Amino acid sequence: MNIHLQTNISMSQEKKQSSIAFVIGASSVGTLIEWYDFYIFGMLATIISKQFFPADAGTAALLSTLAIFAAGFIVRPFGALVFGRLGDLIGRKHTFLLTLVIMGGSTFAIGLVPGYATIGWAAPILVLILRLLQGLALGGEYGGAATYVAEHAPAGQRGFWTSWIQTTATLGLFLALGVIIFIRSSQGVEKFSAEWGGWRYPFWISLLLVGVSILIRMRMSESPMFSKLKTEGKTSVNPLKESFGHKANFKMVLLALFGAVMGQGVVWYTGQFYAQSFIETVCKVEFIQSRDLMLWAILMATPCFVLFGWLSDKIGRKWIMLFGMLASILTYRPIYKQFLALTNAKNRIEKIDLSKTVVSPKKVIIDKKDNTKIYVVQHFDTAYTDGAVFKYTKTDTLQLSASYDPSISIDSLSTKLILSQSAKPNVVIEKTMDHSTYWSLIWLVFIQIVYVTMVYGPIAAFLVEMFPTKIRYTSMSLPYHIGNGVFGGLVPFLGTLIVEFTKSSASPNGDVLAGLWYPIGVASVCFVIGLVYLTNKIDKNVMD
Amino acid sequence: MNSVKKLLGYVWMLLAPALICFLLYEAFEKISAAAAIHKANVTLQWVIILLVFTPICIGFFIFGKYASDNEYDHLPESSQEIE
Repeated sequence: MNIHLQTNISMSQEKKQSSIAFVIGASSVGTLIEWYDFYIFGMLATIISKQFFPADAGTAALLSTLAIFAAGFIVRPFGALVFGRLGDLIGRKHTFLLTLVIMGGSTFAIGLVPGYATIGWAAPILVLILRLLQGLALGGEYGGAATYVAEHAPAGQRGFWTSWIQTTATLGLFLALGVIIFIRSSQGVEKFSAEWGGWRYPFWISLLLVGVSILIRMRMSESPMFSKLKTEGKTSVNPLKESFGHKANFKMVLLALFGAVMGQGVVWYTGQFYAQSFIETVCKVEFIQSRDLMLWAILMATPCFVLFGWLSDKIGRKWIMLFGMLASILTYRPIYKQFLALTNAKNRIEKIDLSKTVVSPKKVIIDKKDNTKIYVVQHFDTAYTDGAVFKYTKTDTLQLSASYDPSISIDSLSTKLILSQSAKPNVVIEKTMDHSTYWSLIWLVFIQIVYVTMVYGPIAAFLVEMFPTKIRYTSMSLPYHIGNGVFGGLVPFLGTLIVEFTKSSASPNGDVLAGLWYPIGVASVCFVIGLVYLTNKIDKNVMD
Repeated sequence: MNSVKKLLGYVWMLLAPALICFLLYEAFEKISAAAAIHKANVTLQWVIILLVFTPICIGFFIFGKYASDNEYDHLPESSQEIE
């Protein structure tokens, strides 16, 4: 009898485990795809700017593309309000099914928009509208998925199970990086960047991924807690009013934002975006290598999401998140200083391998519009004994008094012919790092992503436990998307802007580490608020 | 601890308007400087920054007000306390 009872209990537990595993799998796949959709736009910003803006717009086109990219972040809190409300009114399942369709449809459509050359200004306008739809959909997706999983998870394991949802943002980034690198490597740069070239494939692939995810999600049932409320007729009539119009709940929304999510957002975006941007644009590490090292760091650090989610069930959410923030505050500047030191040519003069160092002959390019204007290009490839190669491309712009005769060598060009010369040559640097430095860079990014896993791993469970079931979707989505979409999403933009402010004629490069003051400042305020106001108590009962 | 929460509440209440003033000052200074040297148009980016961060600063002020009113002395332990 006893054995029979034990077998039944064990079978019921197994069934429960496989059911929650299905819930996690189905929710995570959809959320991962939404993140993938959201990130490919940013990663292809350079190409998108060339395709959807006038050819001669240059930096202005890139800035406009980045502005469209940022618009997707800024609109996320509005998506949280719209779909959060819907999720608390009609249910979690149908709402995040809807967000998935919107996200997949708008991503696929971006891949179909003809370039500026074909439809003019309609191209960037269409892309902006589709990007806003992406942001709205993402604003509705995450809160739904986290709530759905948390409401299925057994008490005492909520941190562990929701941490799987937390891995999706990072894995979505990983997938986006992987797909882009694969297509670009197999097609070559030229084919990839053409108007209807390979850069559109990642957008089209989304339709297939979303289709599969919709099929999986259709098989899911509604959250048991929401179903119970619905049966009892206790669902909220006006979730927005109950979430933000009632002081008792609104004060918790503010506490969630300023005491946890704001700091988590900046740590997240510094570790995974600012780091990559810094390595590529400030340290000048070569395109593929700078992305490869991100892939390795992400791959190695991702299990920590689950580790810290699990740990948060044992020791509470608060201290893990605060420790991640404190570690970030204290170590960001030393880590970024180390990035600079590792990639600085001045620190490796003694390693120069003169036998492999090449200086190419000068090459002259005549301006397409003005044949009295020429560009003198010269490559300097500095090789190092450890295997690193730093490639410098120096371009001088010369204005001549007459059109340039290509039969005359540039070195024998009479100085009388030169009317003016650029005061400072344009130097483009591309560094391919040696094996040891490459792994040191991976290690430094890995440390930052571990911080991300500390602040981000437990946060879904933390937010779910803060709010009542009937307004949970709305209440947790808004602070999450303000913290991540606004505070976090603006890290690369504001970081770059702060560095710009430090530039002067005496210091033309400015203080390249100054951009870190934004995430450090926000995380510091959040740390103090979290330390003083948050409780470490785990709410075991989220049924209410 | 409750007195620290209250005291810090006043700090947040002061910090929020200070941040708005700082952003307004920076926006005015940078837009004027850019206009004077005919540099790239920076107005749009500052308008976005102000539009995004002003409501957040207002929220921060309200958070400070709640803290100074001892609203966070006891955090709710069940949903009944919130509803």
